[in-house]
Amino acid sequence: MAENVTILIPTALRQFAGGKEQVQLAGGTVGEVLGQLTGKYADLKKHLYNDSGQLRSFVNIYLNDEDIRYLRKDATPVASGDTVTIVPSIAGGAATMEDVELSADEIGRYSRHLIMPEVTLAGQKKLKQARVLLVGAGGLGAPLGLYLTAAGVGHIGIVDADVVDSSNLQRQVTYTTEDIGTSKLEAAKRRLIALNPYTDITTFETRLSSENALDIFKDYDIIVDGTDNFPTRYLVNDACVLLGKPNVYGSIFRFEGQVSIFYAKEGPCYRCLYPEPPPPGLVPSCAEGGVLGVLPGIVGALQAAETLKLILGIGDPLVGRLLRFDALKMQFREYKLRKDPTCPICGEHTTIHHLIDYDEFCGITPGPEVNLEAQWEIAPRELKQRLDTGEHIVIVDVREPHEWALGTIKEPDVRFIPLGDVPARMHELDSADEIVLQCRSGVRSAKALGILKDAGFRKLKNLTGGILAWSDDVDPSLPKY
Amino acid sequence: MSVMWTNALRATVCRHSERGYPDEVCGLLIGVMQGDEKIVREVMPVENAWEQVDERRRRFQIGPEVIAREERRAREAGMVLIGFYHSHPDSEPRPSETDRDFAWPTYSYIIQGVYKGIALDLKSWVLKDDRSGYNEERIIERG
Repeated sequence: MAENVTILIPTALRQFAGGKEQVQLAGGTVGEVLGQLTGKYADLKKHLYNDSGQLRSFVNIYLNDEDIRYLRKDATPVASGDTVTIVPSIAGGAATMEDVELSADEIGRYSRHLIMPEVTLAGQKKLKQARVLLVGAGGLGAPLGLYLTAAGVGHIGIVDADVVDSSNLQRQVTYTTEDIGTSKLEAAKRRLIALNPYTDITTFETRLSSENALDIFKDYDIIVDGTDNFPTRYLVNDACVLLGKPNVYGSIFRFEGQVSIFYAKEGPCYRCLYPEPPPPGLVPSCAEGGVLGVLPGIVGALQAAETLKLILGIGDPLVGRLLRFDALKMQFREYKLRKDPTCPICGEHTTIHHLIDYDEFCGITPGPEVNLEAQWEIAPRELKQRLDTGEHIVIVDVREPHEWALGTIKEPDVRFIPLGDVPARMHELDSADEIVLQCRSGVRSAKALGILKDAGFRKLKNLTGGILAWSDDVDPSLPKY
Repeated sequence: MSVMWTNALRATVCRHSERGYPDEVCGLLIGVMQGDEKIVREVMPVENAWEQVDERRRRFQIGPEVIAREERRAREAGMVLIGFYHSHPDSEPRPSETDRDFAWPTYSYIIQGVYKGIALDLKSWVLKDDRSGYNEERIIERG
């Protein structure tokens, strides 16, 4: 508890502090000292804090020479002799270009928002003026699009290049069975406009890239990352840092999700947390590892809540905090994130000033074959032809046992050795045999091929495209998953 | 309350607003208080520090370090920070919702309307103590 802390009052507020230029108060933290001040001079409170009790934006508090936003905010400890300075920054601007009104119909539609003191008509107008970009119209994009549209966000952009596949419907609740085969953006736009005709939906039917990201992002206030791969995450992060925009981040895998806001102006960015991408293939995507269908519903809804809070300027945003959710334990855990002063894009000495090649940065080479030369590959039709001539070829299915139950290649000599067991069980194979390795898409089997090759096997082939290609080219009765 | 200044000071605001068009420009008003009158002695154009460059056509910001520095400098010269000015490109000089969200009491907010690059009407506003809106201030021009 510091006995003697000086607070300097700016000219504009002196009339609310008995005309004083400075006040001496006691307290343990900046928050406590300010609490004493507004306790003593009640009229100051409404000028320093907004209706929900938060320091107004553009009210800056310095402890001696440092902005408390970069210390511990309200919890920053004070010592006797310290000086707390209230410094205004001034902002504003023309309104007519963007002042909006709500129609009677909209007022009815948003009534559950309008009656909350944290939202009110002013907040609902902010939502209507807001411009939010969703990167990805998949599992996370579904609840994001639905809830942000329903909430009355006025302008929503969506970036995606996919078509609806039946395997999407287990979690991407924007789409219906009828939508299979149509463009995701077309289906999403139809669904969202039906939900709220007052929202203006802009679609970008393209793969986000270093060439188009800045151009697409620049018209939006908030970017929401609903992607499922590392190159795009780094791309979204870097574009947001370069443009000074917040990135509402979410990721999902199996039963676990993560949410944070990466906002370099106020806290760490994605690169502060993960300076380097993991080696390719180490962290499986949802397509490779699976995901509980409801998980993106939970994580995407959390991102939507954070997005609405940012627009409304209420509550404590997840800046500098990573929220992890485990659906099996049904547990949330929170981790503090720190800004990395050596971060190459938001640190003290930045080395990244424009967007780079993110596939290369993440070690991803074009094509799914993971560095296998053509001599090690065999196409499904060629394998089938050779098998049909009676040639003896051993097919080794390196998928996990629970995947075998979904369907297997129906040929005489198929053996089951999950990728993880290949080193220990390779003695079951005869290096004199012709061996074809196979998995779902051809990635894991390529790794298995590498292991066997290193052990001296030579008569090896990888089934290009795995079960998926086999189903397309040879046996359509084999289900794709 | 009224604001008193000179023809030359008003011209500085006009020219700055026209030069900056179509972006918003901003600056500080420094002077002395005499009873109920605010007498502007200096108009100080400063950079529009609103971070998203593409939004500067409808937003402005003056950083706290600029304000802290100029307030100190004014105090040393026996003056005070009287308020701020900014331009409204292609819109009337009336405070917006955004202005009110961010506004401080007591300070004068002079707004210059600029239409197709030409500075026309100019008004001064003070936030009401209960933050519910603004009162317009009379501007007296001398010399």
